[in-house]
Amino acid sequence: MKRALSLIGAAVAAFLGSSAQAETLSIATVNNGDMIRMQKLAEHFTKAHPDITLNWVTLEENVLRQRITTDIATKGGQYDVLTIGTYEVPIWTKQKWLKPLDKLGANYDVEDLLPSIRSGLTTDGTLYAAPFYGESSMVMYRKDLFEKAGLTMPEAPTWSFIADAARKLTDKQNELYGICLRGKAGWGENMAFLSAMANSFGARWFDMNWKPQFNTDPWKQTLTTYLGVMKDAGPPGASSNGFNENLALFQTGKCAMWIDATVAASFVSNPAQSKVADKVGYALAPDNGLGKRSNWLWAWSLAVPASSKKGDAAQTFISWATSKEYLDLVAKEEGWANVPPGTRSSLYANAEYRKAAPFADLTLKSIQAADPQHPTVQEVPYTGVQFVAIPEFQGIGTAVGQAFSAALAGQMTADQALQSAQALTTREMTKAGYIK
Amino acid sequence: MATAHSRAAARLTMSPAVVLLLGWMLIPLAMTLYFSFLRYNLLMPGQEEWIGVLNYQYFLTDPAFFAALGNTLALVGGVLVLTIAGGIGLALLLDRPFWGRGIVRLLIIAPFFVMPTVSALVWKNMLMNPVNGLFAAIAKGLGLQPFDFLAEAPLSSIILIVTWQWLPFATLILLTALQSLDSERLEAAEMDGAGAVDRFIHIILPHLARAMTVVTLIQTIFLLSVFAEILVTTNGGPGTATTNITYLVYAQSLLQFDVGGGSAGGIVAVVLANIVAVFLMRMIGRNLDI
Amino acid sequence: MARAATNRQKLVVTLIAWTIGIVIFFPILWTALTSFKTEAEAIASPPSFLAFHWTLENYTEVQQRSDYFLHFWNSVVISVGSTLIGLMVAVPAAWSMAFVPGKRTRDVLMWMLSTKMLPPVGVLIPIYLLFRDFGLLDSRIGLVIVLTLINLPIIVWMLFTYFREIPGEILEAARMDGAGLRDEILFVLLPMAVPGIASTLLLNIILAWNEAFWTLNLSASQSAPLTAFIASYSSPEGLFYAKLSAASTMAVAPILVLGWFSQKQLVRGLTFGAVK
Repeated sequence: MKRALSLIGAAVAAFLGSSAQAETLSIATVNNGDMIRMQKLAEHFTKAHPDITLNWVTLEENVLRQRITTDIATKGGQYDVLTIGTYEVPIWTKQKWLKPLDKLGANYDVEDLLPSIRSGLTTDGTLYAAPFYGESSMVMYRKDLFEKAGLTMPEAPTWSFIADAARKLTDKQNELYGICLRGKAGWGENMAFLSAMANSFGARWFDMNWKPQFNTDPWKQTLTTYLGVMKDAGPPGASSNGFNENLALFQTGKCAMWIDATVAASFVSNPAQSKVADKVGYALAPDNGLGKRSNWLWAWSLAVPASSKKGDAAQTFISWATSKEYLDLVAKEEGWANVPPGTRSSLYANAEYRKAAPFADLTLKSIQAADPQHPTVQEVPYTGVQFVAIPEFQGIGTAVGQAFSAALAGQMTADQALQSAQALTTREMTKAGYIK
Repeated sequence: MATAHSRAAARLTMSPAVVLLLGWMLIPLAMTLYFSFLRYNLLMPGQEEWIGVLNYQYFLTDPAFFAALGNTLALVGGVLVLTIAGGIGLALLLDRPFWGRGIVRLLIIAPFFVMPTVSALVWKNMLMNPVNGLFAAIAKGLGLQPFDFLAEAPLSSIILIVTWQWLPFATLILLTALQSLDSERLEAAEMDGAGAVDRFIHIILPHLARAMTVVTLIQTIFLLSVFAEILVTTNGGPGTATTNITYLVYAQSLLQFDVGGGSAGGIVAVVLANIVAVFLMRMIGRNLDI
Repeated sequence: MARAATNRQKLVVTLIAWTIGIVIFFPILWTALTSFKTEAEAIASPPSFLAFHWTLENYTEVQQRSDYFLHFWNSVVISVGSTLIGLMVAVPAAWSMAFVPGKRTRDVLMWMLSTKMLPPVGVLIPIYLLFRDFGLLDSRIGLVIVLTLINLPIIVWMLFTYFREIPGEILEAARMDGAGLRDEILFVLLPMAVPGIASTLLLNIILAWNEAFWTLNLSASQSAPLTAFIASYSSPEGLFYAKLSAASTMAVAPILVLGWFSQKQLVRGLTFGAVK
């Protein structure tokens, strides 16, 4: 037994020893295309920095979030570079879980980062996470179908136009649905869309005393509009559709309109994947004339946990992965259309990029139209467009998302869903001590 | 046989397993119990405080709790009934001579080897998806409206997926039991004029009783904590239609990162599991002479 | 005449059995087929069964992206390691339950099984904290320990039910001849219990291979087994069915092949005392 143990010990030592020479960074990241590309191109980084070895942990978004949150909150110290979203950054910064990014190098050009993206990652003037790619949401539509129906999509449509057009374009016999929207429950799934949509109807999650607002008129309008148009013009099974399901629908030519993340534009316009690549037009996310559009703002960003002992090397890597030079590298190796979008102003000034990415202009406008500091028509005590930047939101948002998803599946009415959302949010907020 | 010497030896040989499991159970359980009385959110360190039974109060009065309790029972019960009934059917089939029996047996046991996450992903995306899935394509081919499995019959769909995974196990155990049945008894019954149904009810079923008990016990253990299938396919929804107790505890501890609430939920689940265990033990006592 | 009737009967049974077999196996077959399609073909409707452009690009891409062999090897080490250690602990325990049963034997056994009913999510945070303090996070040893403990009850129970079929007199005879406890178990009991041990071993390797909660939550880059490999292919932004199918096929194939080749051994001892 003892011998077996020492054998195991020796094996482990040998295993760990193989990488003891260089400094090894553990990088946790999402399995989205842009990150996969970064992983592929990382050999350029290791060539320039032979003293740094990279270990990748690539996971599906929800699993990744759960893994790194557990690890950082328990100070497990498993990772040196984290991929986190706009939701986590302010919460984690407040807990002092992230190292300030102060060693990105002289050439990094922080000023070049898009202001609305950068402001979400900055606390007290210090950058705590560097944006890898940024996104907002917008309308993607089929120009050919609009033309056939004699409709013209304005650059900045209203909800009533979108709803009308969706109903007119629907042809269920031929599996053509006027509009595809998210329905799958989750704070980052249907609630990302619905919270942003609610903003344009003048609704808000909480009033200034943190009282939930689902019993107000604007929420009722939001939900009835959404349910109505999805019932008349949406695809079957919408209550389990997230980004990917809708992407598959749109790419196979089954949706006339789709409102979702701006990064989708590079998928739907790629002829290798999309049957409708040459027929897609873009427009801003709809509004209701109340001064807020229904588009969100998100940036997948790289950060260093405060517990990492390899902070300098980690910042060297982050500086590489979010630099202008990285964008040029991707352009050189994979073409301009594959460059991670939404982080740097210089990219949108680049003529070559604008030529390769017909959606560049609207992506930029959408990102600029979102204001995470003042997301709603009325005043609110929180920041975040399609989320509320408090730790309790993931759970609450998902539970509310379940209720709305059930309403979409026809298991409850809009009123019942709103009541249940109001009740459960009140409950959780009371438990968490926001409501005294 | 049970001399003083062998008693001591028995205690000695038993102790490693017992000590290990006791440690595995008690240490986390004690920590969980302690956490369950705290306001403890992983995302807000340093604010832990003693709040007594508040976490339990919230967990037990959560409207989702009773739905979850019902769903857990429906899931366990549904899968048990389907796998045992299906398993008996398949065992009877595989017990008969036919061409290619070995290969068919391989085909039937295959689902048991597939990771739950993988099977859930495959069923959800490639088979049950109402637009791109295979079932939808078949329905359209037959001129029917595709059925939206996970929205319109969410719990039944999950029961179907889990049944698919556990059917091989039930089949194998029941088949082994069936093959141990003395064929002379069946022949004698046939001579006496007993029909196929009579033989099944009076000879085969009683003979399989022990095997069915075993299948029930083992599957219950695994089915109580079914989780990956739900996480991947429905996230517990729509509404709370597919939330089971395990999923509810997950939502508390890893979505909300409410360790206090999650721990209270964990303790409740432990209590429930022990109730089930006592119930099973009674049943086992009757059918298995342990 | 009678011969023809049985042959016709056999034909009917054959048809039914093959239909059911193929239906049950179909999801796996479909996954394997999809893994050879392009992403666009994987979502094509109506789907094509065999007449598509066969490609290996998904496999090349998966291998390029993640180190399959590292994950595969981790899976092997973790599932085999935990099963072997589990057997070492369980054999003595099962011996005492089977041959020196006491009043409490049944209770102990049931208690052991009941530890398996705890929802793992409920104790993740305590275990994570303990693992952090003992430096076991992202280590194969840590995962071996956890999986050993998780599957120990099943191992004890399976061995116990098998040992009980063995007449105690034989062991007693060995003891009379002066064999010590160790020799009695190692040289008398185990050789007689080979079928039971083999199927216990196989069943537990399968269970450990497919365990996806602890292996995913306690590993990062070094010790991640195939369950974590799968998690890096599910639901990214963009089309993923074909690549996911390729990754799934790669993750499932080894254990499926093992199961198929050893199904006779697996079944022989898989009775849990249900067969007299």
